[in-house]
Formats: sequence, structure tokens, C-alpha cells
Amino acid sequence: MAVMIVDDAVTARMMTKAFLQDLGFGEIHAAEHGVEALELIEELDALELVVVDWNMPYMTGVEFIRELRARPEFGETKVLMMTTETGMEKIIEALTAGADEYMMKPFTKDMLADKLQIMGVEAHS
Amino acid sequence: MTLSSSEFDYIRHLLKNECAIVLENGKEYLVDLRLGILADNEGFSSIHSLIGHLSKRSEPDLVKKVVDAMTTNETLFFRDHKPFELLQKHLLPELLQNRASSRELNIWSAASSTGQEPYSIAMLIHQHFPQLVNQWNLQILASDISFTCLEYAREAVYNQFEVNRGLPIQLLIRYFEQKDTRWQLKPEIKNMVKFQELNLIQTWPFLPKMDIIFLRNVLIYFDLDVKKKILENVRKVLKPDGYLILGSAETTLLIDSAFERVETSLNVNCYRLAT
Repeated sequence: MAVMIVDDAVTARMMTKAFLQDLGFGEIHAAEHGVEALELIEELDALELVVVDWNMPYMTGVEFIRELRARPEFGETKVLMMTTETGMEKIIEALTAGADEYMMKPFTKDMLADKLQIMGVEAHS
Repeated sequence: MTLSSSEFDYIRHLLKNECAIVLENGKEYLVDLRLGILADNEGFSSIHSLIGHLSKRSEPDLVKKVVDAMTTNETLFFRDHKPFELLQKHLLPELLQNRASSRELNIWSAASSTGQEPYSIAMLIHQHFPQLVNQWNLQILASDISFTCLEYAREAVYNQFEVNRGLPIQLLIRYFEQKDTRWQLKPEIKNMVKFQELNLIQTWPFLPKMDIIFLRNVLIYFDLDVKKKILENVRKVLKPDGYLILGSAETTLLIDSAFERVETSLNVNCYRLAT
């Protein structure tokens, strides 16, 4: 089962990937923005988890989530919004769009592990 | 800044006397870190000066602050997750039946630190067992040795890091209000928990008989005799069919044979009094 990281900041992508690897995830893909991610996921057999930033070029994280949720094959995919946006109204907007969980940056590996446990996502590799 | 061995020994004895905490060799860094901050806050030029002052004049207020600084421990909402799953799926449904006639339920979070554990219990009950809030006499008692932690817990205002740890986002939306960069727990949950200062190694105040006691990540800090003493006291306040929940690295085995482990698929260190 694959994981997709969508974030335009290279350090955030690298850090999230390193944390996920430490937590035991094997197949980890990364995209710089939602448009690229939507193309990449077409190639995947099964997408278990998406970790997505909010503010990115071409398409916001929320727009990406709406696009993802519009595709029935990704109905079971878990989505974690991970962002510097910390307002209550933003959190509600992301959840309404279809995010399962929300984490405010900056974050640690422990925080990510907590969120994945809440979402019922486990490493299989 | 490095502690001398006599300074470390002094703090070690002080903690042993005040709260029976056993500070092992190699924990010098912890004393350095925590008392370094306290020394700064209290206007001492260094940790050496703080310890020097204490050893000459043992001022009760300062001793209390040292104990406070050394016993404040990290916690998080729904820590370890499984004890709360056990509470929701097994313990509360069973107690709801067993206490249906009295409609009374007492839960105690015995080392509540900054409040995340008792508030997690309160949120879980509010969300899944609203009848306990509306129609039962439910008491959630939370106690800690640290007055700083208790003050923080009573305020129930948490920072972004704290609400990012272990708290499902749906519960943040439902039970918290944003105050700039911090998050205030709503009165409906805050008012469910009563906080009280309590040193587990001293004489316990009068407590109601408890249905469930959370005593997690506490016993690990004490030596065997103190563990025995605490569990003996637990026995006195736990109802015969009540439950004791310990931390993931704690047990009553070889300490107090009055307890038997409750085996569940969740593998939580949950105990009850042996029949």
C-alpha cells in the first residue's frame, strides 16, 4: 500500500518521508503540488494514505482533497492535512473537503505517529 | 554546567524524603535541566547557588518548587490510546450495568499532570456515554503532587503542540475554543473534572470509593517498598469490582498479590482485586 506526500517545500517532504520510513512505511511517493500528485496516483494500485500541505502552487491542499474525493477509487484513502494554517475555520474547511485528520506544523515524529494511530493507519512493509 | 556528585546526592536525598522518588545515577542531566530553569526563575545565579542555598536553609516553599520541577512529566491526550479503548469498550459498559441502581460512578486520575488524562476521560464519556453526564452522579477526580501542573490543568488552556499530541481533530473542534494561538477547553468538559493536590506517598485524604483508578507511569519512579505502600492504599479506595489501570511498563506482579490482571485483547495493564 502506497503513501503520497504532497508538499511544495522540499524540507517538509524530506522530513515527512524520513518520519514515515522510521515508522515503517515502505512505498512512499512525493509530489510538489496537487496537480503532480493527481497524475502520480493514477499509476498506483492502491493508495492508503495522503499527507498533504495546504498552501501550494496551482492547487491548494483543500482543492486537491476535493479532487481526490471525487474519484471513487480513492474513497478509502486516508487523508492527513498537515499545514501551518491553524485557524478553527481552516480546520473545519479541510475536514469538510474530506480530510480525515489535521496536524498543525511544526510537528514531530511522535505527533505524526499519534495522528496515524488515530486514523487507524499502520505500516505494512 | 555540571553538577558535583555531592549536589546530585543532595537533590537525590531531598526527592527521596519529600516524595520517595528514586533518582538513579545517570539522571544528573535531568536535575541540571530542570533545576537550571528553576534557578533562573527564582533569581539564583546558577544551579550551584540554588542547591547551596537550599542545603543551608531548607525553605519549605523552595523545596516544594524543587519537587515540582523534578516531578513534572510529559503527558498527552489519550496517551497510549488502548487504555481509553478499554475504558470505552469494556469497563464503562460493564460498570453502566453493574451500577445501574445506584447511578454513581467515581473515576480517579491519580497522577494527572497537566490534565490531559482526566480531560481525555471526560471527553470520552461526554461523547460516548452522555447519560453518565446527564443522569448519573459522575465524579472524575484528578490529583497530582505538582501545584504548577494542577494550576495549568485547572486553566485548561493548551498550546498548539499539546493539542497536536494524541487529540483527534474532531474532538478539538467539538470541545475546544481557539484563543489566539492557544486552545481553551470548553466548560462542559472542564467542569466534569475536579482537581486536588495529593502526594501519593503521604497520608491520603478521604477519598470516595473508586470504580476506576488510572495510576499510570507513576510506580516506575518508586522503589519496591513505596510501590507496596501505594498499592496497599489503592486497595483501600478501590471498590471490590473496580479497576486499576497502570502504565504500559508497570505491574502489580511480585508487588501486591491482592491484584489480578484483567486479560483482554487490548493488552492493557488493567487489574482488579482478586476474589
